[in-house]
Amino acid sequence: MFSLEGITKSLQDWLYLNFNPTWALVIECLIVIVLAIALFAFLGLVLVLMERKVAAHMQIRLGPNRVGPKGMFQTAADTLKLIMKEGLTPDGADKFLFNLAPFVVMIVAMLILAPIAFAKGFQIWDINIGVLYVSAISSLSVIGILMAGWASNNKYSLLGAMRSGAQIVSYELSAGISILCIVVLSGSLSINEIIASQQNGWWLFKGHIPVIIAFVIFMIAVTAETNRAPFDLAEAESELTAGFHTEYSGMKFALFFLAEYINIFIVCAIGATLFLGGWMPFHIGNWQDFNHIMDYIPSSIWFFGKTFFLIFLIMWFRWTFPRLRVDQLLNLEWKYLLPISLFNLLLVTVIAIFGWHF
Amino acid sequence: MGITQILFWILAITAIFSALMVVISKNPVYSVLWLIVTFFTISGHYILLNAQFLAVVNIIVYAGAIMVLFLFVIMLMNLNKETEPQKSKWLKLAGAVAGGCLLLVLVAGLRHTEKQMTEMVTGDIGLIQNLGKVLFKDYVVPFEISSILFLSAMVGAVVLGKKEPRIPVETEMRKVEETQQAINI
Repeated sequence: MFSLEGITKSLQDWLYLNFNPTWALVIECLIVIVLAIALFAFLGLVLVLMERKVAAHMQIRLGPNRVGPKGMFQTAADTLKLIMKEGLTPDGADKFLFNLAPFVVMIVAMLILAPIAFAKGFQIWDINIGVLYVSAISSLSVIGILMAGWASNNKYSLLGAMRSGAQIVSYELSAGISILCIVVLSGSLSINEIIASQQNGWWLFKGHIPVIIAFVIFMIAVTAETNRAPFDLAEAESELTAGFHTEYSGMKFALFFLAEYINIFIVCAIGATLFLGGWMPFHIGNWQDFNHIMDYIPSSIWFFGKTFFLIFLIMWFRWTFPRLRVDQLLNLEWKYLLPISLFNLLLVTVIAIFGWHF
Repeated sequence: MGITQILFWILAITAIFSALMVVISKNPVYSVLWLIVTFFTISGHYILLNAQFLAVVNIIVYAGAIMVLFLFVIMLMNLNKETEPQKSKWLKLAGAVAGGCLLLVLVAGLRHTEKQMTEMVTGDIGLIQNLGKVLFKDYVVPFEISSILFLSAMVGAVVLGKKEPRIPVETEMRKVEETQQAINI
C-alpha cells in the first residue's frame, strides 16, 4: 500500500547509512526546505484557481477559461505576470521595513508548517506542544502586516494595518479557547496524540454539541484571523483602496497574496486535525469491517480531503456573506463569541471529567 | 563544537546585538522590532534548554501580544525619528554608567556559580507536564493570587477605558480635533 511514512523512513535509513549524522541532518533539512517551498508554490497555484472557480460557481458564471484546458493555467500565467512586474518602493516609505514585511509574513506562514501531520508519520517536527506552537506562531503574522502598513507611509495602509491588528488580536482569543476544548478532551497538546485520540471517531462526532459549537466558533475566528471576507476590513477595497498592501506591487504583492492562501490552508489543516481527525480515516466505533475498508484509503488523501473541504467552506463564506462594519466585528467577538466560548470550555471540561464523550 | 554550541553562540550574539539595537535605534518602531528579535533569541535559548513550553509562552505573551500592542500604539501615534525628542549627551552618558553598574553587579554575583549548572537539551523541567505539576501542587496559592492580580489589572483597564460622563459638546469637539492632530493621519 502507498504510504509516505515508508518513503521517509527508507530515505532516512539510506542517509544515515551513507553519511555521518550531522551531514544526514543537513541533507534532511535541505529536503524539507525544498518540499516546503514546493508545497507553497503548488498551494498558491491551486488555491487561487480554486477560489476563482468557486466564486464563479457561486455567481453562476464560468470563471477563468482561456489559458489552458478549462483555465487550468490561469494562475501560472498570473504569477508569470507578477514576476515580470516592477516592484516599486514609494519615495516616502521606510525602505528597509517596506521590503522586509512581505518576507516576515511569508516566513511566519512557513514556520507554522512544522508540527502539522500531513499523513501518518509524515511530520517535520513532532513537538510535544504542537497546538500551542501553532497558535503562538500564527499570532506573529500581525507583526508583518503592521510593518507593511506603517512602512508604506500611506494613511490607507496604516488604517488597514491597524484594523487587521485589532481584528487578529481579538479573534485569537476565541480561536485559542476552541482549540483548548479539544486539548481538554484529548488530554494532550501534541498533534500526534490528538490525532491518535480520534482512532474510534472524530471529536466533532464524539464530543456532543459543545464540540460542534467550538468547531463553529473556530471556523469563524480563523476566517477573521486570515483577514478573509466577511471579515476583510483590513483590505476593504471600497474604503481603503487595498488596505495594508496598497503600495505593494509585483512580486512583493504576490508574497502577501500567497501568504494569505497559505494561512488559509494552515488554519484549515489545524481545524481538520483537531476536529476531523487529521489523517485518521473515518472510523465508526467498533465496526471492524467498515473501519478496515476505510483504512485502505491512504492517510494523506484523508488529510488533504478534509483540509480542502474546510477551505471550500471558508471560500463559501466569502462569496455568501456581506462584509461586517468594524464595530460589528469587534462586538461579535467581545460580546458574543468570547463569552460563548468561555462557557463552552466549561461544558467541555465537565464532559471530559465525567467521561461523557463516546 | 557540536550543533548545540554553534546554535548557542549564534543566539547569544544575536540576543546581545538586538538588545543593544533596542537602546541605540533612533526610531521607536525600530526599537520595538528589535525587541521582538530579542524575545525570539531568548525563546531559542529556552528551546536549547529543552524548555519548549516556556519558549512558546514567551513568544505568545511577549512577541505575540505585548509587542503587538506596543507597535500598535507607537504606529498609531506616528512617532518617528523627527518627533522623538533628542536627549542631551550627559543623559546618555549617565544611562550608560547606570547600565554598566548593573552589569558589574550581575557579573560579580554570578562569578562564583558552578560552571556546569545548565542542562543543555536533556533538562525536562521546562516541559509542560512537569511545569504544570509544580505550578498546581507546590505553588498553587501564589499562582492563583497572581491570576487575581491580572484580573484586577483587567478591571482597572476597563474602568479607565470606559466612557466618561457627558461633557459639553464644545469641549468634546475640541477634544476630537486635538486627537486628530495628535494622530496626524
